[in-house]
Amino acid sequence: MREAAAEPGWRRDVFSGWGRLARAEMLAARPERASELAGILAAAGSEGIIVHAGGRSYGDSALNAGGRAILTRRLDRLLAFDPASGLLVAEAGVRFEDLRRVLLPRGFLAPVTPGTAFATLGGAIAHDVHGKNQDRAGNFGAHVEWLDLMLPSGELRRLTPADRLFRATVGGLGLTGVILALALRMMPVPSRFVTVRERRVADLDAFLGALEVERSRAVYSVGWIDAQAGGRALGRGIVEAADPAPAEAGESYAETRGRRFPVDLPGFVLNPLSIAAFNALYWRRVPKDGRERRLAYDRFLYPLDAIADWNRLYGRRGFHQFQALLPEPRAVRALLEACAASRAASFLAVLKTMGREGAGLLSFGGRGHTLALDFPAGRGIDELLGRLERLVLDHGGRVYLAKDSRLSAAGFAAMYPRLPEFREMLAEVDPEGRMRSDLARRLDIRRTA
Amino acid sequence: MADPPIWLVLGASSSVARSFIRLVAAEGGEVILAGRDLADLEASAADARLRGAAAEVRPFDAVDLASHALFVAALPDRPLNVLLAFGLMHPQAALDGNPELADQVIRVNYQGAVSILARLEPLLTAAGQGAVVVLSSVAGDRGRPSNFVYGSAKAGLNAYLQGLRARLARHGVSVTTVKAGFMDTAMSYGLPGMFLVASPDSAAKACFQAARKKRNILYFPFFWWLIMAIIKAIPEGVFKRLKL
Repeated sequence: MREAAAEPGWRRDVFSGWGRLARAEMLAARPERASELAGILAAAGSEGIIVHAGGRSYGDSALNAGGRAILTRRLDRLLAFDPASGLLVAEAGVRFEDLRRVLLPRGFLAPVTPGTAFATLGGAIAHDVHGKNQDRAGNFGAHVEWLDLMLPSGELRRLTPADRLFRATVGGLGLTGVILALALRMMPVPSRFVTVRERRVADLDAFLGALEVERSRAVYSVGWIDAQAGGRALGRGIVEAADPAPAEAGESYAETRGRRFPVDLPGFVLNPLSIAAFNALYWRRVPKDGRERRLAYDRFLYPLDAIADWNRLYGRRGFHQFQALLPEPRAVRALLEACAASRAASFLAVLKTMGREGAGLLSFGGRGHTLALDFPAGRGIDELLGRLERLVLDHGGRVYLAKDSRLSAAGFAAMYPRLPEFREMLAEVDPEGRMRSDLARRLDIRRTA
Repeated sequence: MADPPIWLVLGASSSVARSFIRLVAAEGGEVILAGRDLADLEASAADARLRGAAAEVRPFDAVDLASHALFVAALPDRPLNVLLAFGLMHPQAALDGNPELADQVIRVNYQGAVSILARLEPLLTAAGQGAVVVLSSVAGDRGRPSNFVYGSAKAGLNAYLQGLRARLARHGVSVTTVKAGFMDTAMSYGLPGMFLVASPDSAAKACFQAARKKRNILYFPFFWWLIMAIIKAIPEGVFKRLKL
């Protein structure tokens, strides 16, 4: 049995990021009403406090080891929706899954969604997330009309994109306070389906060429890349492009039944050989001449959500995620070559284009390509991630903080030139430093020294 | 066919009530959210409407017994189903040496519940249909040193519900006593010694199905039936020496 909690309303628990590498013991409160929040914030002592919502950030952005946390999943109500304008008002603990279930049948989709529907809208603001339509739609924050933020002092503010604090809160990693509610402009769609075109590409040049074609004609585009193929096959993969499908008379829609990944796979299952074999098979999944399919939005946008707890695939040791924006195509080649040369293996490697800057001071956005890689935790990974960080820096790119677990403070400062502005903002709204996270400490975001 | 009954949810801010209201909404039902925190209830009502329900909010305070008659008189003239989801639990340690707090536990869990149910009874009888689901607790099955003020209030409530069930059965109204074990609600959050904790969503589903099946007594989660059967079977002479 657990020890008695020090204070009523707080519970001590161990939390982890979705990658299961970063872990933290925290004293957590779980408010069910917004009116409890000011008191909870006031209880944050010198150890600080951070919101932990959907728990889908891979690394340590929602962790605050030895400190406190606010679990906001129960602040999850839809407050208003106007079908004429598409404007939705919701509490920050609402998940993309709730939007899909309630609003997609009425013809509306979140304009930007991350790759999991179990992320919350508050988390989507805090990391200014993007999806497979970043090229056209930009990041999540671009579609937020206003947001309600409780400052660390307990003061409540409604912020619009014109406010400096809005730009610090979008992509602000939860460090400006607690996001309570938001107004999001939803996107009308003709049906619950997309038309997906898939084709194999044999090497990196073909890959980049195909993405270039799709970015100008398709709403969604994304590519799976065989990050282990080297030499002439370097950069081979599958390019997927999709557009909203027109409604078809009499078409029915059935919810896909979720499955759960039942166990932690032993660490040895995912090794460079097995992943290489998987990748080679996966590449042949799509017929040589390509194919076109009609897919429900959830299957296209959230393929991994069909298997709950898929992160157990990597075993207890967990995995690193790494995603970077690379303004120049030749940087993609450099990173892939570094991966292929290392013995590390990645099997959920994704390459897509980005087209727009984010609205936040620390947003992950801009024009170029974004490469996302995952590596089961193990020896040599740290060195590889260090090498990738330097390559990204050399090529003027940046690393995505929602997925990061290893970036250095110096690298971070060089990649995010608006960091000084963000620091000024933090000094204004949180002079006592109540909002704290492991990520903020690792990247020295507050610059305590 | 006549409209199905409206769900009157008393204590609608509780997490089980919130989940329950979403189940009603998913079926396109009607719901009255009653409780004290009106701003919070309005948010839940808006959520219910977007999910397909017709929803309205009414102020209700379980311990303000004098207000109950007026509250009932103002209800719409339509058949009702009732979910009674309000409750108050303080750890026994907080009650020891603080009789006022103990009074409060009794007023909410027993007096408040009996008062509002007694005033709803004529409406239910007249309608000749409907379901009453009351969130009670396994703590009412036996008074344990660790929780006996709360437990005695729930025991009183359980006895009251037995009588009410027998009387309303003749009028086609079911009364379900939900004897809940540990649930992951704000009331229990952070308390020591919790195990096999059930989610509010699963509790709400169980309540919803129990109403439909007109169940009498529901242990939730079901295995609490067995746990309580064992605890009830312990002779008092032994029981008083146990640390429970």
